[in-house]
Amino acid sequence: MESLLTWLENQLADNSIFTLQTLSHYADGLTTTVQLVFLSLIIGLIAAVPLAIGRGSRHAWIKWPIFAYTYVFRGTPLLIQLYLIYYGVVFVDGIQESWLWVILEDPFIPALIAFTLNTAAYTTEIFRGAIKSTSKGEIEAARAYGMSPGLTMRRIIIPSAFRRALPAYGNEVIFMLHASAIASVVTIMDLTGAARFVYARYYAPFEAFLFVAAIYLCLTFAILYFFRHLEKKLLAHLQPQTG
Amino acid sequence: MIDLHGYGPRLLEGAGVTLQLALLSLLLAVVLGLITAVAKMSRSWIAHRTATLYTTVIRGVPDLVLMMLLFFGGQIGVNMITDWLYYQFDIDIFININEFVAGVVTIGLIFGAYMGETFRGAFMAVDNGQIEAGKAYGMSSSLVFRRIRFPQMMRHALPGLSNNWMVLLKTTALVSVIGLADMVRVASEASKATREPFLFMMVVALIYLLIASVSEWLFARLQKRYSIGYGEED
Repeated sequence: MESLLTWLENQLADNSIFTLQTLSHYADGLTTTVQLVFLSLIIGLIAAVPLAIGRGSRHAWIKWPIFAYTYVFRGTPLLIQLYLIYYGVVFVDGIQESWLWVILEDPFIPALIAFTLNTAAYTTEIFRGAIKSTSKGEIEAARAYGMSPGLTMRRIIIPSAFRRALPAYGNEVIFMLHASAIASVVTIMDLTGAARFVYARYYAPFEAFLFVAAIYLCLTFAILYFFRHLEKKLLAHLQPQTG
Repeated sequence: MIDLHGYGPRLLEGAGVTLQLALLSLLLAVVLGLITAVAKMSRSWIAHRTATLYTTVIRGVPDLVLMMLLFFGGQIGVNMITDWLYYQFDIDIFININEFVAGVVTIGLIFGAYMGETFRGAFMAVDNGQIEAGKAYGMSSSLVFRRIRFPQMMRHALPGLSNNWMVLLKTTALVSVIGLADMVRVASEASKATREPFLFMMVVALIYLLIASVSEWLFARLQKRYSIGYGEED
């Protein structure tokens, strides 16, 4: 480890921008981006399952509010949602004196809330589509076995819908990674934030932004690879049979 | 009536900027998309590879990063070229990469990559017999493209085009970050000045939803027009 660091230091000694210090900025940014995206995706995913089921409910008072929520959050820019929550929190009267401010002072929390609400809306619609496309025969078979609607949902519809939603959900994950770049707008030091810092410090737009673009590209490929692998495993029964 | 604290006219102006930006980017994206689709279907190895590289890289990088690269780096790049032209050939030109140009070029470039995929799929969906029939009538390949492939391709491309447009419209909000006074920028300035973020962000959100609804209606009409002769199933 020690020798690796000295080697890296020697390599970096030749250029003035990618010093160990700026590289550690990028590394911190990477951590923040991954945390932000991962947390919002996980929470959004957990919220989306009941929302997607509710979206297909027969009761109008369950169905329509969920529809309104997904319509608004999918129909407006994420940046607006972020501003709304970020500024909305900052300008609430007296909040800066209350104990809540300790948590909310850090823009990470408002950003996390905005991203979670956004991805939950998209994921709800993805699941909704997958649930809707469950073949009638599977549901009828479950009924014929005497399964209750809840059990049918748990054992038949949800597992197969999850699998069918996988390709679209993979796109959503990549979309979220790219959308997270706007976190830098509310002063979060994510990957893009680190690039903006390096740009401002050295006035070197190509180095700062091309480097970060390459990191995003690698992350995108990693996600793509992961989902392709997962699809191969989980959707094996849907592949055309060979031999 | 809601009180916009005198920001009403500026918001409306901002909405105009957003709409202009979106429409110009769409135009650029459609042109780039068509070129990409044709390049991807071409037998030329270089054209195919270049188009694939373009769509892969663009779709792998966040739009905001591309926009900043183009806005902050674009001027330096352009200046280097114009300087070189001046010293070499005594050609004195000045190209200014302002926020609007950077916005249009970035959004056009990004959605050109997505449109390329949409158009490629749509071109492939056009029945080969149609193209052969055109050739049998003695049409040149450009005439076949204009009269047969393009109009029939549009029917298949419209749903994807409509989706891309909706995403593009929302992406225009990012130009506020590099300083263009679109409606998001105006609203965020107004929010800070009046301490009423809910009001202004809601108004802007409503304008976005309104534009989206109007375009949905327009696309439905276009779809109808391009589906003439195909019955009601689409």
